Amino acid sequence: MRSMKDWSVRHAHRLARLYVVFEHLMVAVEPLARLIGHERLERPVAAVERAIKGTLFDCRMCGACVLSSTGMSCPRNCPKNVLNGPCGGVREDGACEVLPDMTCVWVKAVEGDRNMGGGTIGLLPAGDHRLIRRSSWLRVLRQRAKVSAR
Amino acid sequence: MSTLRHPGTGPLNEGPAFPAMKSPGPIDPGAPLERLPGHSSRGRLERVLRAGEFAVTAELSPPDSANPMDVFERAAIFDGWVDAINATDGSGANCHMSSLGVCALLTRVGYAPVMQISARDRNRIAIQGDVLSAAAMGVTNILCLTGDGVQCGDHPEAQPVFDLDCMTSLAVLSTMRDAGTFASGRRLDHAPELFLGAAANPFSPPFDYRPRRLQRKIEAGAQFVQTQYCFDIPRLERYMERVRDLGLHERCFILVGVGPLASARAARWIRTHVPGVHIPDAVIDRLAGAADAREEGRRLCVELIQRIRDIEGISGIHLMAYRQEESVAWIIAESDVLKGRTPHAVRPVIPDYMQRKAWAKA
Repeated sequence: MRSMKDWSVRHAHRLARLYVVFEHLMVAVEPLARLIGHERLERPVAAVERAIKGTLFDCRMCGACVLSSTGMSCPRNCPKNVLNGPCGGVREDGACEVLPDMTCVWVKAVEGDRNMGGGTIGLLPAGDHRLIRRSSWLRVLRQRAKVSAR
Repeated sequence: MSTLRHPGTGPLNEGPAFPAMKSPGPIDPGAPLERLPGHSSRGRLERVLRAGEFAVTAELSPPDSANPMDVFERAAIFDGWVDAINATDGSGANCHMSSLGVCALLTRVGYAPVMQISARDRNRIAIQGDVLSAAAMGVTNILCLTGDGVQCGDHPEAQPVFDLDCMTSLAVLSTMRDAGTFASGRRLDHAPELFLGAAANPFSPPFDYRPRRLQRKIEAGAQFVQTQYCFDIPRLERYMERVRDLGLHERCFILVGVGPLASARAARWIRTHVPGVHIPDAVIDRLAGAADAREEGRRLCVELIQRIRDIEGISGIHLMAYRQEESVAWIIAESDVLKGRTPHAVRPVIPDYMQRKAWAKA
């Protein structure tokens, strides 16, 4: 799992581009999703999302995906849940202070950001506990649909 | 014993609800200062820093005790030597008296504390409530931290909270102060007047990113930062160079953390067990080779302070002398870091019911 995560960070740039394409695709099929009903889609889509993003990023299903602002390194893998890292406890070798066998997810995020051309890491707002275990894709889809309807 | 009647023991509904009482002394030690133009707090620390003085702060480790004298005695060591006293919030994820409690005691007798708030133990509801409580009790300086992981401390089985992190805490607290609302948007009747701080660690990887991280903290609301222990001047200089390039030293007061090491063994232990502390081998070798390691540790601390003082863009030092608190005054005097200035001395008057003899009876 760890090597897959590293691969994702190394290919952060390509994954970010893929994500943009994927998003357009999703927006295109949004009317269909509306027809079926978002609530009915929630569980199956969340399951697919968990499988794919779990493999690629060790996704924790926070329901508010921020991978494109964290160099494709999932910040929810931080044992301190730091959404704006890295914290001051990073070891000399770049390992996590809490889990010495794991490279700090934020050290990886900074590396991923560099691979994405830099400047993608901003100030992220506090998380929303209610979204945990829900699909982030459907959430984005709803937001996009709302924007285009306006 | 005092002849004062204890409140709540008299007949109900007798006299006014808040009878006028004279201040305990000629000057009420807990009374806030006047807020100066351009200041966001009524505190002494902000005044010292904005006046361009080189500030000195020190860390008080909260006691494992319910006796207020344990707090007052620890604070008295620093009295007249420092501009503010940091009250740590369960540092190292170990349980102690809360920073809110320590600060409430300190402000009551006139000290200027910096209340540390860790995101580890409380969610945003508790943090915002505590900040209102603190401000109501005269706390003007608040330092936002993410906090050490629970695995580091004496209760590794505890549930970590981490609802916010240092950055989002800063954003939430500056919203409370500037917009006068909770994070939810609900209005406050009276916004807290705060001088907001954060921690910084220039000595931990990824080094290139650390100045950018400081920038983010400033954007989130940090007006001052206190750094992790500095034992590596070249590393600090490289960091400060970048900080100056970004102009961050003009937007935020930077206080560098320093402290005496007790021995080579202690230094090795800290290096491996305390997250984020970087101690170069040269420092450990120097302590190992000294006849009196404790003395050498203090000398080294003095030398570091003198070198840090000369670096452009640094506004002060933050002394963390865990279990060597008695050496703080010596280090400050010996390094001449105050250059003849004397920080405000409180000389607190402690009520008799708080004194040790009152507690011994039980």
